[in-house]
Amino acid sequence: MGRPALLLLALCAAGARGLYFHIGETEKRCFIEEIPDETMVIGNYRTQMWDKQKEVFLPSTPGLGMHVEVKDPEGKVVLSRQYGSDGRFTFTSHTPGDHQICLHSNSTRMALFAGGRLRVHLDIQVGEHANNYPEIAAKDKLTELQLRARQLLDQVEQIQKEQDYQRYREERFRLTSESTNQRVLWWSIAQTVILILTGIWQMRHLKSFFEAKKLV
Amino acid sequence: MPGLGSAQRWAAAAGRWGCRLLALLLLVPGPSSASEITFELPDNAKQCFYEDITQGTKCTLEFQVITGGHYDVDCRLEDPDGNVLYKEMKKQYDSFTFTASKNGTYKFCFSNEFSTFTHKTVYFDFQVGEDPPLFPSENRVSALTQMESACVSIHEALKSVIDYQTHFRLREAQGRSRAEDLNTRVAYWSVGEALILLVVSIGQVFLLKSFFSDKRTTTTRVGS
Repeated sequence: MGRPALLLLALCAAGARGLYFHIGETEKRCFIEEIPDETMVIGNYRTQMWDKQKEVFLPSTPGLGMHVEVKDPEGKVVLSRQYGSDGRFTFTSHTPGDHQICLHSNSTRMALFAGGRLRVHLDIQVGEHANNYPEIAAKDKLTELQLRARQLLDQVEQIQKEQDYQRYREERFRLTSESTNQRVLWWSIAQTVILILTGIWQMRHLKSFFEAKKLV
Repeated sequence: MPGLGSAQRWAAAAGRWGCRLLALLLLVPGPSSASEITFELPDNAKQCFYEDITQGTKCTLEFQVITGGHYDVDCRLEDPDGNVLYKEMKKQYDSFTFTASKNGTYKFCFSNEFSTFTHKTVYFDFQVGEDPPLFPSENRVSALTQMESACVSIHEALKSVIDYQTHFRLREAQGRSRAEDLNTRVAYWSVGEALILLVVSIGQVFLLKSFFSDKRTTTTRVGS
């Protein structure tokens, strides 16, 4: 059991962790997560640096750091921390809305490799996708049926939170539409009044002007 | 006593499960993943994402533009050899399912190069393979009980509910973005129009007055 498992573990670590993309040295990449409140978000990332001599991405680079910054919908910073080349960040939202997750590398060593590129493997899990069910089963000692019931409960809870958030969003949408409606109404009336008043002023001013010039 | 016997059986079962789970945690959980990402695409920019996929895996790429301009983006999906599997220009929303014909790195790119000054926010969902089973038990030979299959079907139904909710949330975000744009545009345009109205009417009067004030000196010089 020992050797094959370790081999598989090594393959797992070296291999894919899902999606990846490339960023430049000083580039900052931001992602947006629109989530209801009290939702947990777990992000896993892994970075690889481009080796110019060998023209290949190095499997792992010690000493390479990534700075992770998370902002809530009001712009307040929720999480701002530096992690290593492999990292895992977690945060829980306290206000519903658009949370912004920004990543950038701040390794000063990269200044030596001008034009260096980084390959970043990223995996963001939100809400009940963030739950690790085999771990929960082991911790709480659940049977299969109990674990399935727990998974269904978590899913239903997420649906409920999303519905609450939807109600809050719909209210904002309605307020915006009503504000537009009011603005259109009042500005139309105001412009008609301005039009009439300037028309009257024009006629009176010109009439008094022509009377003064003895043309009328 | 029956209670003690069942407690012992539960303890033994838990012990067995614990060992199995520990062994399973060390194993690779199968080539499946689902990535849902929302990112901002600046004007004249192109962003690419890559994923290593094994042959025969069924994958789905779904994307939607949430805010920005005409809410459209170019999307392109390529296989490891560079063959274009999917290419669409200026699409607002689309969903594409394919089966990986070869092993390798698949690449998909979103491009906003046709836009001069609008940033776009794009959401995409890239699903590779099926969801991993809850209990990746290698000794699963017995069929699911009725309760378990009921749980599985409820789980599938709830997954599609969550999926529809996500799409609804995105469409609502798009509608709300348009409504907020309209609101600010109405405000600026109304103020601007009122000012233009005032400036034009006052300007007209003074221009007309200026025609009549200079005329007296010029009308006498017609004969020359």
